[in-house]
Amino acid sequence: MTTKLFGERVQRREDLRLITGQGRYVDDLGRDALAAAFVRSPHAHARIRDIDVSAAVDVDGLVAIYTWEDLPERVRDPLPLLIPHPALTHGRTAYPLARDIVRHVGEPVVMVVARDRYLAEDAAALIEVDYEFLKPVVGIEEAAQGAHLVHEDVPGNLGAHLVQEVPSASGAGAREAIEAAPHTLAFRLDFERSASMPLEGRGVYARWDPDDRSLRVYSSTQTSTSVRMAVAAKLGLPLPSVEVIAPDVGGGFGVKIVHPWPEEVLVPWAAMLLGREVKWTEDRREHFISSAHERGQVQHVRVGFDGEGRILGLDVTILHDHGAYTPYGIIVPIITATQLLGPYRIGAYRVEFSSIYTNTVQVTPYRGAGRPQGVFCMERTMDRIAAHLGLDRADVRAANFIQPGDFPYDQGLIFQDGRPLIYDSGDYPESLRMIKELIGWDGFAALKAEAAAEGRTIGIGLGCYVEGTGVGPYEGGHVQVTSDGRVHVSTGLTSQGQGHETVFAQIAATELGVPLDRVSVVTGDTRRFGYAVGTFASRAAVMSGNAIALACRKVRDKALRIAAEALEADPRDLEIEDGMVRVAGNPGASIALATVAVLSNPLRYAFDEEAKRATQFSGAASMDRPPVAEGEEPGLEGRDYYSPVRSTFASGMHAAIVETDPDTAEIKILRYAVVHDCGRLINPMIVEGQIHGGVAQGVGGALYERMVYDAHGQLLNASFMDFLMPYATEVPFIETAHLETPSPLNPLGIKGAGEAGVIPVSAVIAAAIEDAEGITIDRMPISPSELHELRGRATS
Amino acid sequence: MKTDGRPAVSEALHEITLTVNGVVREAKVPGRRLLSDCLRHELGLTGTHVGCEHGVCGCCTVLLDGDPVRSCLTFAVSVDGHEITTVEGLSGPGGELSPVQRAFSECHALQCGFCTPGFLCTVTALLRDNPAPTEDEVVEGISGNLCRCTGYQNIVKAVHRAAELMGDEA
Amino acid sequence: MKPSAFDYHAPRTLGETLEVLAGAGPHGKVLAGGQSLIPLLNMRLAAPSHLVDINRVTSLDTIAVRDGGVRVGALARHAAVERSAAVARAQPLLGAALRLVAHPVIRNRGTVVGSLVHADPSAELPAVLTVLDGSVRLARHGGGERDVPAGEFFTGPLESATEPGELAVSAFFPALPARAGSAFCEVARRHGDYAMAGAAAVVVLDEDLRIASARVACVSAGPVPVLLDMSEVCAHRPAASDDWDAVARAVRDLIDPEGDIHATAGYRRHLTGVLAARALRIAAQEATEDRDDATGGPR
Ligand SMILES: Cc1cc2nc3c(=O)[nH]c(=O)nc-3n(C[C@H](O)[C@H](O)[C@H](O)COP(=O)(O)OP(=O)(O)OC[C@H]3O[C@@H](n4cnc5c(N)ncnc54)[C@H](O)[C@@H]3O)c2cc1C
Ligand code: FES
Ligand code: FES
Repeated sequence: MTTKLFGERVQRREDLRLITGQGRYVDDLGRDALAAAFVRSPHAHARIRDIDVSAAVDVDGLVAIYTWEDLPERVRDPLPLLIPHPALTHGRTAYPLARDIVRHVGEPVVMVVARDRYLAEDAAALIEVDYEFLKPVVGIEEAAQGAHLVHEDVPGNLGAHLVQEVPSASGAGAREAIEAAPHTLAFRLDFERSASMPLEGRGVYARWDPDDRSLRVYSSTQTSTSVRMAVAAKLGLPLPSVEVIAPDVGGGFGVKIVHPWPEEVLVPWAAMLLGREVKWTEDRREHFISSAHERGQVQHVRVGFDGEGRILGLDVTILHDHGAYTPYGIIVPIITATQLLGPYRIGAYRVEFSSIYTNTVQVTPYRGAGRPQGVFCMERTMDRIAAHLGLDRADVRAANFIQPGDFPYDQGLIFQDGRPLIYDSGDYPESLRMIKELIGWDGFAALKAEAAAEGRTIGIGLGCYVEGTGVGPYEGGHVQVTSDGRVHVSTGLTSQGQGHETVFAQIAATELGVPLDRVSVVTGDTRRFGYAVGTFASRAAVMSGNAIALACRKVRDKALRIAAEALEADPRDLEIEDGMVRVAGNPGASIALATVAVLSNPLRYAFDEEAKRATQFSGAASMDRPPVAEGEEPGLEGRDYYSPVRSTFASGMHAAIVETDPDTAEIKILRYAVVHDCGRLINPMIVEGQIHGGVAQGVGGALYERMVYDAHGQLLNASFMDFLMPYATEVPFIETAHLETPSPLNPLGIKGAGEAGVIPVSAVIAAAIEDAEGITIDRMPISPSELHELRGRATS
Repeated sequence: MKTDGRPAVSEALHEITLTVNGVVREAKVPGRRLLSDCLRHELGLTGTHVGCEHGVCGCCTVLLDGDPVRSCLTFAVSVDGHEITTVEGLSGPGGELSPVQRAFSECHALQCGFCTPGFLCTVTALLRDNPAPTEDEVVEGISGNLCRCTGYQNIVKAVHRAAELMGDEA
Repeated sequence: MKPSAFDYHAPRTLGETLEVLAGAGPHGKVLAGGQSLIPLLNMRLAAPSHLVDINRVTSLDTIAVRDGGVRVGALARHAAVERSAAVARAQPLLGAALRLVAHPVIRNRGTVVGSLVHADPSAELPAVLTVLDGSVRLARHGGGERDVPAGEFFTGPLESATEPGELAVSAFFPALPARAGSAFCEVARRHGDYAMAGAAAVVVLDEDLRIASARVACVSAGPVPVLLDMSEVCAHRPAASDDWDAVARAVRDLIDPEGDIHATAGYRRHLTGVLAARALRIAAQEATEDRDDATGGPR
């Protein structure tokens, strides 16, 4: 393996098309397709009394109008509950078009198909829906009181309730341990809603071929294989007749893992029914009110600890706002509840969450998926303990760390994949040392005093996290070497900018000993690979990366077997370099991988010059064995799957220095530092890009972004004017250092990196502001206005 | 969302001529056709992206007579007779990448690529007007474009790098 | 998010424009830079049946420094005014405010006059026009022209004195007298956003370099730009020695802003005080330097 590409800062192979305007996003396809638009509920909670489409039918270019009544069996059924869980006793999902009741502003009620989107919107605007208002349920605590119900048959608006409890070594429960502890604290924390908000919204484009009765669907999704199964099932089509392709996708960050969206069912259905291509491109307003949000939680914390700040018992009760529906189950609160523990070994732990329905957009994972809330809880707790005891905040953390010798470390909980939460590896003390050094933790007090002398207020904060990445069940890879020596790699999971075409090619090139430019990678296209789970939970590199490596190893073994025969050598003496299989130490004895590919496929027909070598009279084959030996298959290709026993746990620590303006209460991040450990790095450039993007989203979540609902369930800031995603002017320069603690769980030793950047940011910024201001920060995000109000309360 | 949206029984079409990326293109569009939609759907130049249709994200930024503007906040008919440059027109005649394009790839200034065409157009004009911008000028120059993937750090780096490449070539 | 249909008009002369506007009456809308109007059309929050595009009326694309001020024609883009050296000399407050309006790309298309007619109480230029006591010139078909002073031009949030059928042909920003200075300060959530609070200030000194007049127009502090005369509060103190905290307190007492999702009313009140005092302080400082200028005289 001399073609060393693994670990290199290789430039991305997807860039060329994207910087020249040649990318293919869903809305770039199907220029002649009909356009769909939706009439969406303007009310948060209402009963539909009547739908009058008469004014719309004269609209020029109108093709069809559908309401729930028009939908056939299966299509009209509620959308699937994707991840059932025994604790989700009252899971509820939406109908693709509202039936009788709408439960959030933005719920689709009527589908319109017309010649173009302008005309479809004209028709939609003329459709009159008569609503009877029902009491909107907004606000997580109001909803939890259950005075009014989102779903008539869900008492207390309680969708799920789950308790997990890990006793201390001596068998004491958390509450008992807290009672017995020398010091205790109790407090409440709040975390508000944000959203993935990719710059490309969702989109679906469907082509029905009436001649061979097959359907091709393009969707801006994080899981094409699963959309395919859902669409086939909904439309009653044989699976082989449905193909789903995720073309270039303009960002996902979680929201596009949810499926099938109503539009993913309705657009293909309409295309079949009409015998025409149909496309729907979500606009920004639709994305705000009819996709998904995340993050909103209220947490009540009780903690008991000793004089060094070691936690003896921790008891957390979480109210989780799930919005109107639970298509993605309770993954988010489960992750909060389990990943809250971070890099710490604590005495006894009890966590309880209630997942509550409200008349707002549904809540499904957004990058970080419950972890930012959990880390906020734990890290705020660490800071409170330090403040209570008058200890250094970093020292309190260090006192609680799991030590490098403790791995594998079992936290005693059940993780989001239904498997035990066992950390595979990590080096938390080293991470802490690195982050302290990077940010200048020890010298900060002097800096702060200097600033104070100039009338400036600055503060420093620190946050640690552990992230379970690479969750199962599996991913697969297929690798084929064709007779021109090219390597074609495919995997079922999808890409939204993570650079999979590059990193998977790096893996394949390294494993197979071929130049990078011979390798091409296809993701998210069910025509190429049908079995996959999807891209989420920082799993793509771990799962597909390892699957592709394993598939490559199969191909390599086979190539060596065939080459050994051709070269009359022992396969163990062969190596592949630069696309040539050669006998180690004997440069003369070699055969091109391309030729091996030719020989791997015994032929009757020579389709080109090279192929002649594999035909039956070429003399290449042994006469004693069948042309395809037992246990072999024709072709130089391999398929393999990677299915880990459990997740692998990445970790990291962030620190920031902020300045707050004494007059205007503006908050500025002066420095932001990251120490990041995701095991072995395939491409450091790409990992750093993931960190930068994650931190930027974290900064958005900490200081700018929130979903503001009024008491009527109207989203007051459903536009980019008022939902404040940071621009370049708001994101600080990010200083990054890597620590590489390989995972023992997978062949490549890698861990996921996609979500990490976002996870601790709110905790870190809250800590830094608290340090600067000397005011307790217990809810995030925080704006200058809120900081001003807090100052007022602190002085009054 | 209630409007008096009169049914467009027969919407008047306007014949317009645009010079797009140096090529004269003709189209028949209703008055309300946004330039972004005209470029993407009438002219098939799908490199110009649409992320918000209210002027904030900058994905749709194109050059109008050389200056960056939001194509989602411009009616196609308004710019009849004018010159438009889209991302497809940034490369040289032989397809060679512009310094800005090269720098973006080199510095990993794009991930999903959806915001990229808007940044490329904005930065192309920025560097034409100010070939050696300071850090603040770069940040100010790209401050009207959102990117949800990169955190901007590598975009800023790419702008400096592009300035360097242009300097080398000049 | 696509606009509903409208009849599109593209007049080439002022006369033609006024005629079309007269014909369209209350169903017509002027399209200038479109940077405020088109978002509303795209969201179908506005649906005029006639759109009168003035982008071809090149006679309106003017920036003139004369008559003791700057006259900006209806087609002059923010960017052009911002870049004009003549404007910077004659009325520097305009450029200072323009740099805070949106982002450079929006300024390439948006017009100064459009911004005034749009009359967003959070916008910078209405405050500038107000503090300078400028005016907007309106014209209608067959009716000649009328100049509306800033104090009467802004009538409510997104409402101006421009009547249906009228075109704002230009706006006039008077220059400052001698020994005067100006400043614009604001705080926005993100760089380029409409401000949560802001203030345009003009300070004029007397011969002894004491503050003779101090005026400030506040952004986002009411339904229209809120003009405060702080001359009394600052009365006759030398610029350098004024008690700016007292000025901030006085400003807070005089305004009654509303809260919204970005800022509580209390914060806005506080912030407006900070920014008004800050803008006045910088303006006073500038005025002092203005006096120190070798050339002196009006700029
Ligand atoms: C992302 C974004 C951010 C922005 N941020 C800011 C900001 O921070 N501060 C700020 O001040 N502005 C901001 N704006 C608005 C921008 O400054 C606009 O350009 C300006 O408000 C309107 O000018 P326009 O020429 O685009 O007017 P248009 O959008 O064309 O018109 C606006 C209104 O004025 C009317 N009108 C325009 N011209 C005339 C005329 N000559 N006679 C009669 N009626 C007329 C129109 O009919 C319409 O009702 C922002 C815009 C965007 C898209
Ligand atoms: S699509 Fe034009 S600015 Fe967002
Ligand atoms: S690269 Fe995805 S939005 Fe910028």
